[in-house]
Amino acid sequence: MNSKYEAVIGLEVHAQLLTNTKIFCGCSTKFGNNPNSNVCPVCLGHPGVLPVLNKKVVEFSILFGLATDCVINEKNVFARKNYFYPDLPKGYQISQFELPIVEHGHLDITLKDGTVKRLGITRAHMEEDAGKSIHSQGDETLVDVNRCGVPLLEIVSEPDMRSAEEAYLYLTKLKQIVQYLGICDGNMEEGSLRCDANVSIRPVGQEKLGTRAEIKNLNSFNNVAKSIEFEIERQIELVEDGGEVVQETLLWNADKNETYSMRGKEDSHDYRYFPDPDLIPIHISEEWKNEIAETMPELPKARFERFVNDFKLPEYDAGVLTATKNLADYYEEVLKETDDYKSASNWVMGDVSKILNEEKIDVSKFPISPVNIGKLIALINNNTISSKIAKDVFPEMMKEDKDPAVIVKEKNLVQITDTSAIDDAVTKVVDANPGQVAQFLEGKEKVIGFLVGQVMKETKGKANPQMVNDALKNKMNEMK
Amino acid sequence: MSVSKDDVKHIAKLARLKLNDEEIESYTGNLNDILKYIDKLNELELDDVEPLSHPVENTNVFREDELKESTTTDEALKNAPDRTDQYFRVPKVISQSNN
Repeated sequence: MNSKYEAVIGLEVHAQLLTNTKIFCGCSTKFGNNPNSNVCPVCLGHPGVLPVLNKKVVEFSILFGLATDCVINEKNVFARKNYFYPDLPKGYQISQFELPIVEHGHLDITLKDGTVKRLGITRAHMEEDAGKSIHSQGDETLVDVNRCGVPLLEIVSEPDMRSAEEAYLYLTKLKQIVQYLGICDGNMEEGSLRCDANVSIRPVGQEKLGTRAEIKNLNSFNNVAKSIEFEIERQIELVEDGGEVVQETLLWNADKNETYSMRGKEDSHDYRYFPDPDLIPIHISEEWKNEIAETMPELPKARFERFVNDFKLPEYDAGVLTATKNLADYYEEVLKETDDYKSASNWVMGDVSKILNEEKIDVSKFPISPVNIGKLIALINNNTISSKIAKDVFPEMMKEDKDPAVIVKEKNLVQITDTSAIDDAVTKVVDANPGQVAQFLEGKEKVIGFLVGQVMKETKGKANPQMVNDALKNKMNEMK
Repeated sequence: MSVSKDDVKHIAKLARLKLNDEEIESYTGNLNDILKYIDKLNELELDDVEPLSHPVENTNVFREDELKESTTTDEALKNAPDRTDQYFRVPKVISQSNN
């Protein structure tokens, strides 16, 4: 980036709230049902119907506000946002305008160099989603109203971010918080978390904000970062060439890696908000707020600190494990079978995460239950199997999520700790490798690694490596 | 406060209403009469009065997050001017193509 300029970025995030039913009617919010099957007169916008607010939407919104240090507005009201579009049957979206449910909050991100930066949350408000338009190839558009009325929390940040990296970290943090709160599944690909980015540039040192462009409908974390990066460069080049940034709505083309103007909607930014007479105001008492605060689950920061303090994990481990609630939950389930915190961390961050990354699946879909991973660690620690054998048991567990003790027994993998069996193998290996033995006796102790390997081979990996090591040394020292 | 003919044209456009010159003229007059009436309120001392969003005193009318049976797709599409088996069909809205 040209160092004469700085970027100013604000994000608007729509989080789909994890309720069973829509915000104003009892229709299901389930994703992927047949088109126009989760509908009723209320969400179809038929005349004469009356929306009634889902209590859970309010509770979830308050929970979010508390988790991000927002002010919870004692009084808040719904407003109508008026515009015409075929996926909006009523001709208005029920949203909040002057009195949102929560405002003036913040969250902290940790930058690459370790500094913590606080980013403001202007407000978060409740609203209903619109339907889905399918633009087919012909001269028609098909409309599915299933998503109409699905509850959203629109979270608006302050223009506090100065780079694509900061925007990416903000979004990651936000996703982590809503997932920990259990109010949104945070799945950008399925659209349960959506992001619009407002981007402008200004000469370094200038306080006045530049004209901003809004990039809409970003559907992955990478696209958010890449589109912002592109847009910053585009604006700088434009200004350097004597041009001017115009206020407009842009879309991101992920194939070409560029933003492009979405024309034809400029006119419609006159939404004529007014309080919705169908919905009466919400009053949030101190008492209700406290009740909800009591249900507040442990948040990422607290969990991170607990992992470091109680489990004595390195901060790196604690950071990786608490990055998502599901991974942290998995890790703690492993600990039900073992109190070897660090080994459990190594397995979850190592063998387990490797497969999660390769298969691109969430840990909740991982075939081996955490309990069995814990049992595997316990088998290593009580010397039933070596850690080398454990690496062979693991793929068997991937095939079938069985108690590792059963697999060890079935495959006859129990570690040999019987000294006579080990001594036999040691004698055999020493006899077969006179050259290496001679080297060892001449003082080249490193060669013992090779000999241990040979004994392990002889015992099909089942001998206790430490015992083999000791037995070999004894045997050869006797030969001196 | 008053509205001009251009304001009326703009509002009509937002509401997707087609008005002829005569109608614009008459609606401008009507709307300004209403605004004049509202302006009367400004003659009162209202600094200490909180804005009223709703005329009723009630608050917090909620429903629990419980599933209710939806309408059938057929029933939902019944009044549509145009439809397919499962969708509402409308004229093409926007071409979101690149340039």
